[in-house]
Amino acid sequence: MLSALLVMAALAVVIGGALGYAAVRFRVEGDPLVDKIDAILPQTQCGQCGFPGCKPYATAIAGGEAEINQCPPGGEEGIRKLADLLGREFKPLNAENGVEKPKSVAVIDENTCIGCTLCIQACPVDAIAGAAKQMHTVVDPLCTGCELCIAPCPVDCITMEPVGETVDTWKWHYPVIPIKTAA
Amino acid sequence: MLQKLFKFNGGVKPATNKAASTRDPIKPVPMPRQLVVPLHQHVGGTPHPLVEAGEQVLKGQRIGAADGNVSSAIHAPTSGRVLAIEPRVMAHSSGLSSLSVVIEPDGEDRWIDTAPMPWRSMSPDEIRDELRDAGIVGLGGAVFPSHLKLKPGNEGTHTLVINGAECEPFITCDDLLMRERGDQIVRGALIMQAMLKAQRVLVGIEDNKPEAIAQMQAAVQRNGTTSMQVIAIPTRYPAGGAKQLIRVLTGIEVPHGRRSTDYGVQCFNTGTAYAIADAVEKGRPLISRIVTVAGNVERPGNYEVLFGTPMDHLAALAGIKADTDRFIMGGPMMGFRMPAYDVPVVKATNCVLVGSEALFPAPAPEMACIRCGECARACPADLQPFELYWHSRAKNFGKAQEYHLFDCIECGCCAYVCPSHIPLVDYYRFAKSEVWARERQKDAADVARERFEFRNERIEREKREKAEKLAAKTAASRAAASSAPGAEQGEAAPAAASTAADDSKKALIAAAMARAKAQRDAADQAAAPVATPPASAPDSAPATTAPAPQDRSI
Amino acid sequence: MSLNSPYLRKPTSVSRVMAEVLLAMAPGIAVYAWFFGAGILVQLALATAAALAFEAAFLHMRGRPIKPALADLSAVVTAWLIALSFPSIGPWWLIVVATGFAIIVAKHLYGGLGQNPFNPAMVAYAVMIVAFPALMSQWPGAGQLDASAQLELIFGGARDIDAITAATPLDALRTGLRAEGAGVASLLDGAAFGHIAARGWEWVTAAFLLGGVYLLARRIITWHIPVAFLGTLALLATLASLLAPQAYPGALFSLFSGAAMLGAFFILTDPVSGATTPRGKLIYAAGAALITWIIRHFGAFPDGVAFATLLMNLCVPLIDMKTQPAVFGHKKKG
Repeated sequence: MLSALLVMAALAVVIGGALGYAAVRFRVEGDPLVDKIDAILPQTQCGQCGFPGCKPYATAIAGGEAEINQCPPGGEEGIRKLADLLGREFKPLNAENGVEKPKSVAVIDENTCIGCTLCIQACPVDAIAGAAKQMHTVVDPLCTGCELCIAPCPVDCITMEPVGETVDTWKWHYPVIPIKTAA
Repeated sequence: MLQKLFKFNGGVKPATNKAASTRDPIKPVPMPRQLVVPLHQHVGGTPHPLVEAGEQVLKGQRIGAADGNVSSAIHAPTSGRVLAIEPRVMAHSSGLSSLSVVIEPDGEDRWIDTAPMPWRSMSPDEIRDELRDAGIVGLGGAVFPSHLKLKPGNEGTHTLVINGAECEPFITCDDLLMRERGDQIVRGALIMQAMLKAQRVLVGIEDNKPEAIAQMQAAVQRNGTTSMQVIAIPTRYPAGGAKQLIRVLTGIEVPHGRRSTDYGVQCFNTGTAYAIADAVEKGRPLISRIVTVAGNVERPGNYEVLFGTPMDHLAALAGIKADTDRFIMGGPMMGFRMPAYDVPVVKATNCVLVGSEALFPAPAPEMACIRCGECARACPADLQPFELYWHSRAKNFGKAQEYHLFDCIECGCCAYVCPSHIPLVDYYRFAKSEVWARERQKDAADVARERFEFRNERIEREKREKAEKLAAKTAASRAAASSAPGAEQGEAAPAAASTAADDSKKALIAAAMARAKAQRDAADQAAAPVATPPASAPDSAPATTAPAPQDRSI
Repeated sequence: MSLNSPYLRKPTSVSRVMAEVLLAMAPGIAVYAWFFGAGILVQLALATAAALAFEAAFLHMRGRPIKPALADLSAVVTAWLIALSFPSIGPWWLIVVATGFAIIVAKHLYGGLGQNPFNPAMVAYAVMIVAFPALMSQWPGAGQLDASAQLELIFGGARDIDAITAATPLDALRTGLRAEGAGVASLLDGAAFGHIAARGWEWVTAAFLLGGVYLLARRIITWHIPVAFLGTLALLATLASLLAPQAYPGALFSLFSGAAMLGAFFILTDPVSGATTPRGKLIYAAGAALITWIIRHFGAFPDGVAFATLLMNLCVPLIDMKTQPAVFGHKKKG
């Protein structure tokens, strides 16, 4: 009886020591989980999730402070990937954060723009070119479609236009599998 | 001299169906009412238009300039008037539109001034630029700009392969070209040989085309060259795939992602050789090609077709049968169903295959894969197609890539032999385009992340600098205050100044808004008679003008 | 249904492939019935009917189309393999339960055709021999029972069996060697044995060989699995009989006994549960031969093909992964 207890205690000490050593010896620098989550997020930097950018949201998810269904631009697919990565249950997008929309870019009506630079300051990825009192233009390929520039515009000259499909972005469809379900 | 031939694994032998379209010689096509010439007809950048609506153009006039070096020029196929430059439905499975030059022929078919290229006295770079501006691209179907391939490899190019294999059923355009115009193909090949400094030229032709082989051999003999050999290769689809043909003729296997020049071999289609001779000897750019019209038609045959000719105009010459339900560009193994009957013939169009349910019946319902391995035995790329299918179907694209998804040449052999009637190639096309889309998405996300982080850093830095300045100022004013009375004043002054600044900014914005409003009102009044503002630039027109891709029935 | 290329299809289907397999089994079945009576035909009919019924019932429950799946004949192939590997005078419920187990548990619970990791017929065999070892070991000798006696055994209740059945040749040989200490040569002279193996069975297996050659000629199967399996088995048998001629029968006996031929051409070649790469097939079949030989000579079961197949089925994902053939252009220069 006593010897069994001793053996168990010794085992506990040895294994605990080994684990402790491993924790120090194989310590992982940084927090790879945040980076992994961040890699899944679309980098729109729109803040619809309630955090000031994708990285902060990723950090919040990793820290258990945010749900995985708060990112409208990432959409269902993004939620699925996060669920896979974190081993959590899939849940539909939280409507409070917004709805999934087709990818759009901001377009500035150049006739109306007064050159106030407010949108330039709002753009999280510096995708708007222009200077004070000069007309501003959105650099299309850089625009993430975050819509953060729309609210600050005093003359409401910014609209979101869906990005049309081109031959370069066109995709083949998933082959249809005809399974007739029995009645 | 007997050439040792090699074998590639796999391949299939479908009925060739070539006899019917080789009875008649190559025929001309009456000028259509309109030619719709898409600017983007090749791999690489989209040419920008050089003409405007209303302008008169001559036959062979450059109407689209190459966009950078990885691109090619586009020319007017006949003389006439440019009606419009607008998006038109492309000869592409997507059914999307692309910017096209619409030309109304004037019936005179008047050429621009052309002159032979003094290519022997030109530098290789000059010749390549000329070929790019003559719009020469690979006519075997890949439409890769030829000038980019006419450069000797780093360790030299020993062999130039001319691809006359033409392995796809129904297609006979290269066959007829070789039978009728072998001499010019040989001359074009010799120009390419000189540019590549290749020791030998091997012309590979499938042995089901004895007449083409004989004509090409005669043409080589007439020319007197000793470094060119015409070689009959066994008929087995896809022997005409560039990599398969190079393997058969030289034994060299060029892996995916590598260029054949790295292995000292370069490969061109017979039609490309012919087009290069046209450009060099006559100074004529590429404005037409030989197109086979076959399938569900009364009189299958080959035609010399101007680019931009509507496919239905062409196919009508061969007598379209009543039960026709589709046009396929290319052959039955790799061809693509066209989104409409009137899409234009482009540089990639080697065949307009007229289809019907009777000729190409829909496959039996897809059944479960039983891993029988027929597909693996038929695959000319030595892949395990059923594994690719498995992972593509499960949308497990990483795994699919591990099984070499991108080595797949989409030849269709696997789907051809599959006893479960699985549309295997559809799964690979789907998986490939998903992988590409994901890569694009990831690249865009990476750029956005980088720019976001850079911006945050910049804002932090500016804040820090401001705070430092403020601290310095405060310190200075404190120092002043300690020596003089009225210390509070020093604290209040900056705050007051900042409110004043805010107020003045707001006033400025208000003034600007008022100005803008006035401008807009004026503009509205001026524009009142016009119904709608002009559409955005044509090339960014929404895709809704084209039929939805999933509904490709025509 | 695909709207995309290729628009040409070779006239082939799963049904045709399966029909060819069934056709290739026919000569073996005919010879079987000739030597051992009509019992096997009854068993085949029972198994076929049961397989189709279970398949239809389960497809219906899974909400899948029934007709094409029944027409693919894969359930019939499974049924015939079960009938051929079971004793021909087993009670009717034995084969019905076995077929049900094969179709429901080994096939549909794994996702149906194409998804089952184990050969359904062999799963059924393994389960039944563990559950009903006595019934599974009662085989009639050649020409021993007439049709009515066999029918009585299959459908009747009473089974006074030991009096009328003989041990299988492999069993007889092993018990003979173990218990009586007799040598192989003297045992093979016994009445139960013919020219090269058991009387009657040697002809049945020869007929399966014929069917296998037909499958090879029709390119339904490739040479890899039969050659590797029979070759390895022959090699092991030859080596053993050279080392201890009194304790081990030679290669011919091994090849023409038990389920060796059936296994080589019809069981191991099941593409769904077998290895798929050329090199993988060689390893898979050679491994199966080794396990078969070990079970035959050192195990407690009449034959080892079923367990060998299942054990090698287990290794298939690993074998396939490790034996992926080189892709075009990626081959090592040799």
